[in-house]
Amino acid sequence: MSRPFVLPDLGEGLTEAEIVKVLVREGDVIAEDAPLLEVETDKATVEIPSPMSGRVEKIHVEPHQTVKVGQVLVTFGEAASGATKPTGKQAADTLDPTRTLAPEPRTTVQGTRARQAPAAESPRAPARSFEPAEARAAVDVGAPARSGPVPATPSTRRLSRELGVDLHAVRGTGPAGRVTDDDVRAAVAGGAPARAQARGVPRTDRAAQLEPAATPAPAKPLATHVTEPPLPNFEQWGPVERQPLSHLRRTIAERMTLSATVIPHVTHFDRADITELDAIVQRNLESARARGVTLTLTAFLLRAAALALAEHPTFNAALDAAAGQLIVKRYVHLGVAVATGRGLIVPVLRDVDKKPVIELARELGALAQRVRDGKATLDDLRGGTFTITNIGALGGTGAIPIINYPEVAILGVARARQEPVVRDGRIEPRLLLPVSLTFDHRVADGADGARFAAAIVRRLERPELLLGL
Amino acid sequence: MVMGDLVRDVDVVVIGGGPGGYSAAFRCAELGLETVVVDSGKRLGGACLFEGCIPSKALLHVAAVLGEAERAKEFGVDFGPARVSLDPLRKWKTERVIGKLARGLASVAKAKGVEVVGGRGVFEDARTIRVEGDEPQALKFRHAIVATGSAPSRLRGIEPSERVMDSTAALEVPEIPERLLVVGGGYIGLELGQVYAALGSAVTLVEMTDGLLPGADRDLVQWLGRRVDKQFAAVRLNARIEALRETASGVEATIAGAATTFDRALLAVGRRPLTDGLGLDKTRAKQDARGFVQIDARCATADPRLFAVGDATGEPMLAHRAMRQGKVAAEAIAGRPAAFDNTVVPAVVFTDPEIAWCGLTETQAAAEGRAIRVARFGWAASGRAATLGRSDGVTKLVVDPESGRLLGAGIAGPGAGELIAEAALAVEAALLAEDLALTIHTHPTLSETLMEAAETLLRG
Repeated sequence: MSRPFVLPDLGEGLTEAEIVKVLVREGDVIAEDAPLLEVETDKATVEIPSPMSGRVEKIHVEPHQTVKVGQVLVTFGEAASGATKPTGKQAADTLDPTRTLAPEPRTTVQGTRARQAPAAESPRAPARSFEPAEARAAVDVGAPARSGPVPATPSTRRLSRELGVDLHAVRGTGPAGRVTDDDVRAAVAGGAPARAQARGVPRTDRAAQLEPAATPAPAKPLATHVTEPPLPNFEQWGPVERQPLSHLRRTIAERMTLSATVIPHVTHFDRADITELDAIVQRNLESARARGVTLTLTAFLLRAAALALAEHPTFNAALDAAAGQLIVKRYVHLGVAVATGRGLIVPVLRDVDKKPVIELARELGALAQRVRDGKATLDDLRGGTFTITNIGALGGTGAIPIINYPEVAILGVARARQEPVVRDGRIEPRLLLPVSLTFDHRVADGADGARFAAAIVRRLERPELLLGL
Repeated sequence: MVMGDLVRDVDVVVIGGGPGGYSAAFRCAELGLETVVVDSGKRLGGACLFEGCIPSKALLHVAAVLGEAERAKEFGVDFGPARVSLDPLRKWKTERVIGKLARGLASVAKAKGVEVVGGRGVFEDARTIRVEGDEPQALKFRHAIVATGSAPSRLRGIEPSERVMDSTAALEVPEIPERLLVVGGGYIGLELGQVYAALGSAVTLVEMTDGLLPGADRDLVQWLGRRVDKQFAAVRLNARIEALRETASGVEATIAGAATTFDRALLAVGRRPLTDGLGLDKTRAKQDARGFVQIDARCATADPRLFAVGDATGEPMLAHRAMRQGKVAAEAIAGRPAAFDNTVVPAVVFTDPEIAWCGLTETQAAAEGRAIRVARFGWAASGRAATLGRSDGVTKLVVDPESGRLLGAGIAGPGAGELIAEAALAVEAALLAEDLALTIHTHPTLSETLMEAAETLLRG
């Protein structure tokens, strides 16, 4: 009895994930809830636990492969049934195929080239790819291919495999319909059916091809919904190198393109005098630390934004362009952009409007740590209504962020600086925080943005409002 | 497993050191995989080098030289009767040809870091190969490639003996029998039959079907047929060997009720895959009724760790198919998107004249009811053929009638095996016959016949 296990629904419109690691091997007997696979979605790297106890009969996926919800990941057999039963002779040695998850002793009596890295990480590790559907089709030797071989040179056919393009779906522009390299590349740009399991390095990357068995990264077009013109051949001006994009990088690229393409962005600039706020932060740093909390300006920004959003619900919304409606959210979950080694990630704090600053600071610290450790859960990363990005740590006088689609606005803050300010006829040194509010002009106009920004600034300048005094 | 056996971990174990096996092993090594070849002879080359393609071609070259010397009388050159000394002939074949190539392969293996282990590889399970023989050990592998090849088939009821040879024994040229019976009119029987005929044997060839080279287009085979009719003592088609027994003075064969005595017999009735006793039943790999390992386009078996290439995987049993498969398997194991997507596996029969074809044949098109256009260019009109005194040939193109795309080609005549390469490239690259016609071919060469044949399609 084989039981297939498919990629479960990841929620939040997530339809696919990239396999990061396969944590079990075929033949392993594993317990329910034991770690099975590590996958990276658009939002997080998550470990998928085993849904059942049993023997892993077949693993259908491999690292770097993109899998869709519902796609079979692993087939379980009965714990004791299936493949070769150990013979009496064999049972005692390490060749027992029904071995458990205990680290397998890799006996190397003669060879000294013991491998340390597990299969998924070793650059020499051969792919354990075996796609059952493909195998079935091809084992059926002699079955006529779909309308015979597609006219194309062997090198073009290899290119199509590398780019994951089904040649049958490509219109050939060569003599008598021969498919050329350009046809294949055009099909990629135009989104011809690309097979998810197709893998490979771009053929132009000779260096990468010669790299000993580097696990090839998937080459597939970005779903940016804009047809980009073909690139010139840069090699005519000098040597180039093709680098595959990480899954996260691809996601960011696709999201940013989507947002920048779909949303007409407007940015409103302002500055908040946070002299008093900063004094409060500084005065309370120690006492907060004693409670295990790092008090930061961002916690106050969260609070200020939440209160301002309550006054300006238009900015706590999403535009349903298809329905011609504005979806106003009656909850305030705020995203905070966090830079990680892998790229930008935006974890979300829930119900910010209902929490005091000290609680926000505590949650923010824990959340940012989880994100940096790669331990964030999907729930940590979804459901946001508005985003704050603080680029102050890296300097600069201001930035215009791109809205975190499908939100309506994003608040950017830069580094606060002491500046001379005229107050009551006197010049005083004050701490000024540059803020920018970027919003969707389809949803709000300039005046709305200015008022919303002012509502945030007002609260930052009068911290008693933030502290509920 | 016996105590004291060595257990080693390697990335890839290749069972069999023939063309499929060594191509796979070399490519694996190039891709950074630690690779061990298990070969019963602890050597690379396989049947191709030691008992197939290479020794037979060496002997056929000798036959060709003898044939040319004979033909030279036509233009006034007489070398006198040829005297053949078997010892120097065997020494040349074994040392200068096979030995040289074997040493070359060994040094390539060394340079690439491919280790060759002597012994018979047997699957213990889908993760372990036990090596039986001189260097017993257990090899644990991530992937294994079955490249065990094939061996001559036997005829039911007939035991091989000193006088009843298979192709392996015949290639050793133990003697030049006065009367040689060749059973089987396929390429092996014809090639070796011509070798022995050239060396001086009276050859009787017996073929079960109604023609030589079953499956090949008749218009190509007829050129070879004319030659062997002159060269051989007899060619018996639609004939079966009813009995074959060794007598004190030779081999007595009963054909159509009549008994004839020969000095030796050569059984050339095909080849069978060497997959018995390999332990494939301990894995999930599947075999068909004839014993061929079933593979997909990546040369992967139904067991994710096992790949298979070459004769062990089916027809056509040709070294160059195995070599390409070996590279595909290696790249697939290394995670490359490799596939055996070749549209042509060219075939060459190294007889005199040579017969070669690639892609779609007329016979195949007829069987499939497929519309084709055929262009033929007879070598009687070739200047180069005339200067060689060899107008006994034809070049044929099989073309798609709608697109003009080249689908296949067939050539009969001396050098056909070399000439077919251009056609193979053209078919594989999906060129049009027009492309051949419009490409300048050197004059005067036999390669012009491809251009000329293509041109006949453009006229009118």
